[in-house]
Amino acid sequence: MKNKLEQIRIHGRGGQGVVTATELIALAAFYEGYEAQAFPNFGVERTGAPIQSFVRLSHQAITTREQIYQPSILIIQDATLLESVDVFAGRTPETIIIINAPENKWPELKKKFKYLYFTAATEIAMEIFGKNIVNTTILGAFAKYTGLVSLESLKKAITEKFKEKGQEIIKKNILAITKNYESANH
Amino acid sequence: MENKKQLLEGSQAIAAVIKNIKPAVISAYPITPQTHIVEKLAKLKADGEADYEYLRAESEFAAASIILGASATGVRSYSATSSQGLLLMTEVIFNIAGLRLPVVMTCANRAISAPINIWNDHSDVMTIRDAGWIHFFADSNQEAVDLHILAYKIAEQLRLPVMVNVDGFILTHAFEPVIIPSSKIIKKFLPNYAPKADQFLNPKKPMTFGIFATPADYFETRENLHHDLTASLTIIKKEYKDLMHLLGRKNKDSGLVEYSGPKKPETILVAMGSVIGTIRETLKNDQRTGLLKIKTYRPFPAKEVSQILLTAKNIAVIEKAISLGQAGPLFSDIQASLPNNQLNIKNYIVGLGGRDITQKMIREIVTDVKKKNGQKIKFIGKI
Repeated sequence: MKNKLEQIRIHGRGGQGVVTATELIALAAFYEGYEAQAFPNFGVERTGAPIQSFVRLSHQAITTREQIYQPSILIIQDATLLESVDVFAGRTPETIIIINAPENKWPELKKKFKYLYFTAATEIAMEIFGKNIVNTTILGAFAKYTGLVSLESLKKAITEKFKEKGQEIIKKNILAITKNYESANH
Repeated sequence: MENKKQLLEGSQAIAAVIKNIKPAVISAYPITPQTHIVEKLAKLKADGEADYEYLRAESEFAAASIILGASATGVRSYSATSSQGLLLMTEVIFNIAGLRLPVVMTCANRAISAPINIWNDHSDVMTIRDAGWIHFFADSNQEAVDLHILAYKIAEQLRLPVMVNVDGFILTHAFEPVIIPSSKIIKKFLPNYAPKADQFLNPKKPMTFGIFATPADYFETRENLHHDLTASLTIIKKEYKDLMHLLGRKNKDSGLVEYSGPKKPETILVAMGSVIGTIRETLKNDQRTGLLKIKTYRPFPAKEVSQILLTAKNIAVIEKAISLGQAGPLFSDIQASLPNNQLNIKNYIVGLGGRDITQKMIREIVTDVKKKNGQKIKFIGKI
């Protein structure tokens, strides 16, 4: 995996912190010596609108700036998007797919994808934050299933990103991400 | 901490270097996608980390007027805007140049209404390209950072305003590794601004400038401004080289244009701004196609451009703007720089209003430009 260009696409909805999630992945990877590039694709500026955000990770300089059309990793923060957006566009047989849902409610997907993972990020977020904000939580599963960044680097990225929001917020996010990481099983 | 790479959003990186450049006055009005730059600068001030006066204006017209006024009193000033905001500043933008004020601004490039569109293209800056400003185009956030330092050096040395163009969202909202030179390092290249006595308004020595010029004088003010702009090409080259050396950058380009590719190319693609990276990646294994990046757009480096383009047969000018009813502005500039040529030059309009520019589109252009006949101007990337 080390010499490969990783292309990560996150699908979510406006207000769910999709952009923050890509920033945290990029930051954690950057701490581990990767070249990283993260950028959003904003749709209309309103809460709930489907949006995508992108991260590229490589050990070589990243020059291209086109959006990600052939993701090596897909994170679906909001499973309702499966019905309205072609979230799987451009995936290959090797694409790792992580969906925020407690269980596989789409049995046909299991036949199509080799690396398909479900994670109950919403349940963890509801328990810890009291609301359905899963952008950091789901990164626990991301770290476990992809092995690209360590939980420690993600914690460091969270501490840096949320330093102005205070210790309480940092602690909760680290707790959520750790719980999600530990609940993720291959 | 110096020379240490950080992973920063483009806007944060620009704000950080502006803070280290130490302007005395910043005035702005927030507009997408420039907002994060001025938000960060306002926050740095509020947190006591910066010394400048920060004035949130009631409109872009006021913001531009405030920095015009500040600059006229002999202090370093800064603003940033986008799209409709730049259009609202237009009258003042021309005044700043006519008054020969060394203002530096960032334009986070964005499309123009109507219809309303918040995404990136170069339509905004092209409306004021004739105002008498120097225009730089950045292709990465590191380049954006470095060009702002260069901008102030050139502006203050030549008394010409400089605009640094940075693609909205694609760069302003992209996180990537960047080095922010410290104020100590910047000061070695860019000393404190110290205009001469006759270059700023001073109550102890009252004078005015820019008020009225009859046909007996106005003509020469334009002619002089034009000559000073074209003469600045030499200064930009020299200062750019010094700056790259000081910052330890590996750039080997002139600061005006940058060619990469084969020595005897069959085709050269010409472009400006962030699309350069995507083109570079597309051409990685192409032995017959070169890439010419225009870094300084005004004054237009016609000599450097023509020298490079004349080594090829086919030229594809790829741009994110169009002079409606004519062609892309860069295309017209390039044609004007190449008199009596035998080249096959075509114009490709891409990315208007944020339409993503893909490697597939670049490959399509590389193929299309070689066609004997075919349209001179083409819109690429239609869905």
